[in-house]
Amino acid sequence: MIRVVLPAHLWTLARVGAEVQVDVPGTPTPAGVIEALEQKYPVLKGTIRDYGTLKRRPLVRYFVCAEDWSHDPPDRPLPQAIVDGTEPFYIIGAIAGG
Amino acid sequence: MSGVRVLVGTRKGAFVLTSDGKRKKWDVQGPFFAGWEIYHMKGSPANPDRIYASQSSGWFGQVIQRSDDGGKTWNAVDNKFAYDGIPGTHMWYDGTPHPWEFKRVWHLEPSLNDPDTVYAGIEDAALFKSTDGGASWKELSGLREHGTGPRWQPGAGGMCLHTILIDPKNPDRIFIAISAAGAFRTDDGGKTWKPINRGLRSEFMPDPTAEVGHCVHRIALHPSRPGVLFMQKHWDVMRSDDAGDNWTEVSGNLPTDFGFVIDVHAHEPETIYVVPIKSDSEHFPLDGKLQVYRSRSGGNEWEALTNGLPQSNCYVNVLRDAMAIDSMDECGVYFGTTGGQVYASANSGDTWEPIVSHLPAVVSVEVQTLR
Repeated sequence: MIRVVLPAHLWTLARVGAEVQVDVPGTPTPAGVIEALEQKYPVLKGTIRDYGTLKRRPLVRYFVCAEDWSHDPPDRPLPQAIVDGTEPFYIIGAIAGG
Repeated sequence: MSGVRVLVGTRKGAFVLTSDGKRKKWDVQGPFFAGWEIYHMKGSPANPDRIYASQSSGWFGQVIQRSDDGGKTWNAVDNKFAYDGIPGTHMWYDGTPHPWEFKRVWHLEPSLNDPDTVYAGIEDAALFKSTDGGASWKELSGLREHGTGPRWQPGAGGMCLHTILIDPKNPDRIFIAISAAGAFRTDDGGKTWKPINRGLRSEFMPDPTAEVGHCVHRIALHPSRPGVLFMQKHWDVMRSDDAGDNWTEVSGNLPTDFGFVIDVHAHEPETIYVVPIKSDSEHFPLDGKLQVYRSRSGGNEWEALTNGLPQSNCYVNVLRDAMAIDSMDECGVYFGTTGGQVYASANSGDTWEPIVSHLPAVVSVEVQTLR
């Protein structure tokens, strides 16, 4: 079970709390986490990554164990601390504007 | 009991304002979808409890919400707007080809007689239709592919399809408008389209009378005479008496003919309203005076309506979807400003009062007449 922390607008949209848990089959990766999240909460489809290209939306970021994984390959295996639930996988709305 | 429900979309959420037929005391509910941009909300004429809302965000994209209880509760429906086939390119600001990319839904137009059928006008410009209450969307690609699409170019606000008018006497006839491509009409339910821009003149174009490229800001019609159209163009207020085939200018004595909104009185098909804005580079009223202009002659002769509106130091804008008309016996007129005010007149525009004064910037205003 992987813990996922959502930005406020998305947990409001999905009508859940700030943190949710998802099962990711196989070797967990960022793409697998998003896939599992979209399956469990279909309202989030299209809000984190593009429907067609499956690319991360430009102002969404993925943080993993205090590192920015946003630009890493989406199929990079997640570290054990994420897999065993010690650390959450963070989905962040980027700071933008001024 | 009769009354009205005003649906207000703002830069930071949606608001629902209700009143009885007197339209003096208002109940304000909201914000719904707080923090999200609500480009448009509109109720079904066939079932007023059915309301659709376009919710979007630069971060998290597009969501479509639907209410089945008059705006009390909402549920997200499908938000997948996939262009039909390989969409190709339109023209970018610099004149180079640019791929069609979905950005947001600007306008939702429910069918006049089926609550589950609704049209969506999107950026980059295309028209979508749902026949299952928003559970799925399909592009009416005949519009984008009719031939002039590669020459369409975005206006300053993006290349948006912002106006959808369904002919109440012929549901196969639909008028749409795109900034900055112009106006288009279908007579076969959306399969084929033709540009209806003859008579428009836009000096910013190399050929000011070209078939497409005009920055149409808004079109309006009266349901009893759907062949008569009124248009607020970037500059110029226009009129067509042949369903858009030909247009003539009716700006007449307006102090400036730049603006965004235009609408038609519920019971007087020749009475129309605009809000003149100073210019395309200064998006606020002339001399800091917020004035609605009304013509009772279908254009050319205009009178300023100022009673109750700020007449000094007012520098707000009124965006293209931010005016609406109710159909109570004494016609009500409503508009919202980028300063967060929603003004209402319960007497065809003779006097005005603010319903609310401190909302986020208002993007859209629609009104439902409840009987």
